[in-house]
Amino acid sequence: MALQTAPGRTATPAVTRSVPQPTWRGRLFRFETRAAPYLYVSPFFLLFFAFGLFPLVWTAWISFNEFTLGSPMTFVGLDNYRWLFSSPEFYNSLWRTITIGILSTVPQLLLALGLAHLLNYQMVVRNFFRISMLMPYATSVAASTLVFAQLFGRDAGFVNWVLSWFGVDAVDWRNGDLTAQIAIAVIVTWRWTGYNALIYLAGMQSIPRDLYEAAAIDGASKWQQFRHVTLPGLRPTILFTVVVSTIGATQLFGEPLLFGNGQANGGAMNQYQTLGLFMYQQGWEYFNLGRAATVAWVTFVLVVALVLLNTGIARWRTREGKAAR
Amino acid sequence: MIRHRAHAAVAAVAAVTALALAGCGGDDVAPASAEGSPEAAAADDAGGGEETTLTVSLFGTFGYDEAGLFDQYEEENPNITIEYETTQGEDTYWPALLTKLNAGSGAADIQGIEVARIRTATTELADRWVDLSQTAAAEQLDDYTQAKLDAATTDDGRVIGLGTDIGPTGICYRTDLLEEAGLPTDPAELADAMGSWEDYLELGRQYQASGASGAWTDSAGGLYNAIISTEQEIYYDEAGELVYDTNPAVREAFDLAATAADDDLTAKLAQFEDPEWNPGFGNGAFATIACPSWMIGYIKGQAGEAGSGSWGVTSLPGGAAGNWGGAYLGVPASSENQEEAVRLAMWLTAPEQQEKVFAVGGNFPSNTTAIDAVAGTTDEYFSGAPIGEIFGEIAKNAPAQILGPDDGILKNEITNALLTVEVNDVSPDDAWTSAQRAVDNQLG
Repeated sequence: MALQTAPGRTATPAVTRSVPQPTWRGRLFRFETRAAPYLYVSPFFLLFFAFGLFPLVWTAWISFNEFTLGSPMTFVGLDNYRWLFSSPEFYNSLWRTITIGILSTVPQLLLALGLAHLLNYQMVVRNFFRISMLMPYATSVAASTLVFAQLFGRDAGFVNWVLSWFGVDAVDWRNGDLTAQIAIAVIVTWRWTGYNALIYLAGMQSIPRDLYEAAAIDGASKWQQFRHVTLPGLRPTILFTVVVSTIGATQLFGEPLLFGNGQANGGAMNQYQTLGLFMYQQGWEYFNLGRAATVAWVTFVLVVALVLLNTGIARWRTREGKAAR
Repeated sequence: MIRHRAHAAVAAVAAVTALALAGCGGDDVAPASAEGSPEAAAADDAGGGEETTLTVSLFGTFGYDEAGLFDQYEEENPNITIEYETTQGEDTYWPALLTKLNAGSGAADIQGIEVARIRTATTELADRWVDLSQTAAAEQLDDYTQAKLDAATTDDGRVIGLGTDIGPTGICYRTDLLEEAGLPTDPAELADAMGSWEDYLELGRQYQASGASGAWTDSAGGLYNAIISTEQEIYYDEAGELVYDTNPAVREAFDLAATAADDDLTAKLAQFEDPEWNPGFGNGAFATIACPSWMIGYIKGQAGEAGSGSWGVTSLPGGAAGNWGGAYLGVPASSENQEEAVRLAMWLTAPEQQEKVFAVGGNFPSNTTAIDAVAGTTDEYFSGAPIGEIFGEIAKNAPAQILGPDDGILKNEITNALLTVEVNDVSPDDAWTSAQRAVDNQLG
């Protein structure tokens, strides 16, 4: 508070010019001008330190300890990491995360791109379609997963019923390996396609109309316009959605947990145990917080690596594109 | 996918808060004595009213709410308000409770404890509970069956739980489906036809051969639990050593259940997990199910009115007596209303209330007075079967099982391994090996 009362009185710098040594007020004034911005941005950083950085560092510390809930921590160095990298369950969950991630992200983004392209045309009740795209996104994970779990039921599920028209035998979606992953990928895709489509749509609308006109005059078909005008114009947007979807896929948790009816094992064969479930199982089912923290940190490093990889590829592509031109 | 990140952040905050609570709350809450806390609570509501809100947190179906007991208690004790919540799956309920007990806050005034967890509750967690032998409940302790009381007593003589029900186990079956398949439907005749578990499976093969659309039993895991329920020594020996992988009884039960799975005698519906297990009771997905007495109430709930009169119950093959499940009510030491909580727990587990719960949900009494009182009960839903007598007889002959701290984990992993035999075509030997591995991972 003392800092803030100072400026009113010291707003006469002309006087100080004649004095070679700055007064304490002058120094205070200069300090205030320099410090005030930091004070103004401090709330964000204080919150970030408390809820962002501190948990991150604390988790890292826990990962070097043997820590079971209710008993004291014992420092064990890299033991938890040694355990993790020699644990088949970890590699299993890593692999499942990747496969479910690919199964959900790729169709999701392709569908979103197609939908956005369609929504970009003039059409009747366009806003209705645009808003309804967001409905799945606004539905809670729990609700949608429970409904999908019913749809993918073995004996009375809707999906198997439809398949039976084509003479396909009842599929045990939940207990199968690939089938359970597909079912979860469908839930994720259903939930996020509309969200991504709207982001693409926003990106498309920032592409100047005259580019399309010029292309049309040159005799480009709609498909050629899409390929040569829309896609290059959307490149930053696509990069954004790929990065965000990749992070989301790496952290996939709610859908597989609820699809397995709250079981953290991800199916009897761990066939859909993602990294998130694996971490949860170590921490809150086995109460081994040290190991859970290790999984959390490795996941974090993995996410950072994936983001860097994505950005790297995009930069390289852009440079290639420029060189080609 | 931004929401995912937000969730992660919320979870992280929650975890940090829980840790902080564990740090500052744990030490001063735990030693709170039975007489100290109620005064503190009274001082809290300075209005001087006797108004007390008791929270009750249970899992599955204890039958109290269903029998209207909470309402009755509130009516008889106008100063008490009861807030009741239940979690369907015990395997999600227990980890949440453990977290709260370890944090020394957040637990309800009364918490249910499943019998497979009671050993953990009386050892590692012993000081997290109110010692009921030092409260008004002491006078009631001698009325529970000896095995029930012993299991809730710590090594130094503290009693941390009041027995609710026990799980004398028989076989429940669909009389209509068995009749269609030309199998006996009278409880006594069916019992005669099942001299052993092999006979039970043989009846299953006859049932499948008759062209029935559903399976003989619901799941290999359920079958395994019924078979093992007749043993005294299961996962631990008398000395408390883990013996599940050398105990021939466990492996035999496992192999028998795996045989049923290999022969397609099961509907492959994991109990309490598969969303199609529940409708299966009504739509004939399976004809028989291993039936601890608490399953009686579950069947009525799932099969509904339409199923009334088309169910029967008989004893396990060879007349073996088994016990599967059962529970306790404990009062966490962190409760601020310990005296009132103990009074409510006492009342809920007293003979009159246990009788009512049995009448509504089939949860079999653990109080000897109540066991005698329900001996004459018959159940119209189960074709007029004398369920009081059938389950009473089994309860009398059931072995006093040796319990260990990780019974719950062992049971889950073995049941899980059997599921892979059923649905993933894993060979029984491989499934057994992976169950062992999973157990080592968790206990090691």
